Amino acid sequence: MTRVGVLDSSNLTGGQRLAVKYFTVALILFGAQILFGLLAGLQYLKPDFLYGVLDFNVNRMVHINAMVVWMLYGFLGSVYWLMEDEARHPVVGLKLGEIAFWVLTLAVAVVVLVYLFVQYGPGDIKTIWFINEGREYIEAPRWADIGIVVVVLVFYFNVLATFMKGRFTGIGGVIALDLLALAGLYLAGMFFTPNISVDQYWWWWVIHLWVEATWEVLVGAIMAWGLMKTLGVSRRIVQTWLYIEVALMFGSGILGLGHHYFWIGTPDYWFEIGGFFSALEPIPLVAMVVHSLYDAGKHELKSSNHPALAWLIAHAFGNFLGAGVWGFMHTLPQINLYTHGTQWTPSHGHLAFFGAYATINIAFFYLAAQQWRGNVYMSAGIAGAWRWKWALALLSIGVLGMTMSLLIAGYEQSFIERAIEGSTWAGYFKAQTHPWFMQAMWWRQIFGWVTAAGYLLLVWDLLAIGAGETRTATQVGHESEQAQAGAQAAPAAA
Amino acid sequence: MEATPWWAREGFWAKTAIFVTALSFVILIWLTFDTMKQIMAGSARVPDYSVINHRISYAPDEARGYQVPKIGPEEPLFGKKLSEEEAAALVRKGKLTIQGRNCMNCHTLLGNGAYFAPDLTKAWLDPAWGAATIREQLMLQFLMDPTNNARTFGTGRRMPNLHLTEEEAKAVIAYLKWMSAIDTNGFPYNFKSIAQGGE
Repeated sequence: MTRVGVLDSSNLTGGQRLAVKYFTVALILFGAQILFGLLAGLQYLKPDFLYGVLDFNVNRMVHINAMVVWMLYGFLGSVYWLMEDEARHPVVGLKLGEIAFWVLTLAVAVVVLVYLFVQYGPGDIKTIWFINEGREYIEAPRWADIGIVVVVLVFYFNVLATFMKGRFTGIGGVIALDLLALAGLYLAGMFFTPNISVDQYWWWWVIHLWVEATWEVLVGAIMAWGLMKTLGVSRRIVQTWLYIEVALMFGSGILGLGHHYFWIGTPDYWFEIGGFFSALEPIPLVAMVVHSLYDAGKHELKSSNHPALAWLIAHAFGNFLGAGVWGFMHTLPQINLYTHGTQWTPSHGHLAFFGAYATINIAFFYLAAQQWRGNVYMSAGIAGAWRWKWALALLSIGVLGMTMSLLIAGYEQSFIERAIEGSTWAGYFKAQTHPWFMQAMWWRQIFGWVTAAGYLLLVWDLLAIGAGETRTATQVGHESEQAQAGAQAAPAAA
Repeated sequence: MEATPWWAREGFWAKTAIFVTALSFVILIWLTFDTMKQIMAGSARVPDYSVINHRISYAPDEARGYQVPKIGPEEPLFGKKLSEEEAAALVRKGKLTIQGRNCMNCHTLLGNGAYFAPDLTKAWLDPAWGAATIREQLMLQFLMDPTNNARTFGTGRRMPNLHLTEEEAKAVIAYLKWMSAIDTNGFPYNFKSIAQGGE
């Protein structure tokens, strides 16, 4: 029997139980991301801090790897979460999915321990296979790459088989095709070449075509389901929007890859291609803001899960601002010549990854917390609502503050190091020691602590929200889904 | 109830999404074939590894409006001219060392990486080495003991000792020299090179 307000795994389906395992690891890795970000940030201010013990390159590597992995865990968890509801069928091959989860988690733990305690290896191919591949974001050694591919194939089997046995909705179809591209692209990063131009060409296939194409489409599909779930928006509306977004996202994002090919030895026709298509990249993100706000307004913000809806709205804005606006600001080659490889990039990176991906994962953490406590009430007037509101505020203010600080550092670096000093090492250091740069780094650190405080509050809230609440969740959406199902069935019957 | 116009139908947008995605991907594949041809080692944009036997400079190109690498007279690295195979093996060792020591999480290479330490694209040509005649030796000394040879330029940031062997350090220097000869469309811009060959 469902016990409302009590954390009980019997409230969850098989797929949801697996999803919360993914969410739990994701949340822990989110904490690791923040911790190692704080250590790396502090090394800008106190360069002798942990020198020779945990150097900047180790902290920074763990910082960005924890981010990539927790986001992937969040996505996998979110897909497991929505799969059964969407396909109207239990997860096919759940046992295999469970094993894949434990294998992946063990592999992640081993990789992190090797990063921290072995750190680096000799200049031969064995280091790439067993210690560290030394390529930003995809540092995981080759053995782990192969493990990741196997786990993703198992996950893909779960997804495909479940939708095929149940029903293939538009959301299901987009997820299935997108995951195929996401898994396939990872292979582009699994080889060694001494030629750095060829190396970076394919490296961007993984990094860009994941982050600015397949991930965006995946969160578009997850968002579509989230809006149906929290607001009760009709399937026809969210799916039509989803297709429009996919067309715009892939239409701009695939060739938008060209904005990474300005300075790596590649031909200069990428100036025009990269500049033009990446300038279009914000358009689908505007579409997402418009449609999520329209839907929220149309349903008068009556949602079944207030914190989840708030994070979904944060996602729409964060994605547009962080990925769209901040990306566009330095995407044209004429400005990128000065900003490429400066603090502009982390300024964009912080807001984009948080805005586009952290937010939507957190929204799903709240959906999971709600169901785990027996589909407990999470709309207006819940006890301790200050916690989720302050967690949202502190995390958003923290990340926005870091973004602005790094942007100022980036402006200063572009002008002083690049435009005035001519990009030499002396110019680099002149910019790095300038008072404006150092002030920006202090502010970045302060806002980093604000982000950490928001994280702690978020964890507390996820553990506590809904405890002792006796009401069940506000009902949304069923009428529109049923009405629509009836409308679709009627002509067929006729 | 009025019928949904064609431009608002799910089916229309589903087909559009598939068509746009497929078309974009086909164009990307086609461009990839062309780009690969242009960036293979030994092409006009990315030189052979044996370029490390020559002087490399970075000079303005009037037509293009920015600096491009120029391959000069013979000037072998560490005074020893290498065959194409030897040079390729050395540069390969350099790349493996750069990856194995995780250089990219402090430095940028071709502008990609982390921002805690300077960009290495034109490290070979940087005036910070003082004079071209002592550059190789200074680089070797620095890479093998960065803690005691640190020049932090007021930042206090020192490269950690990553215990490079002499062979690895020389390979990294060869790699940096080769990388400085890649045509990067003028990045880094307005760069002021070290004086070489009586310039």
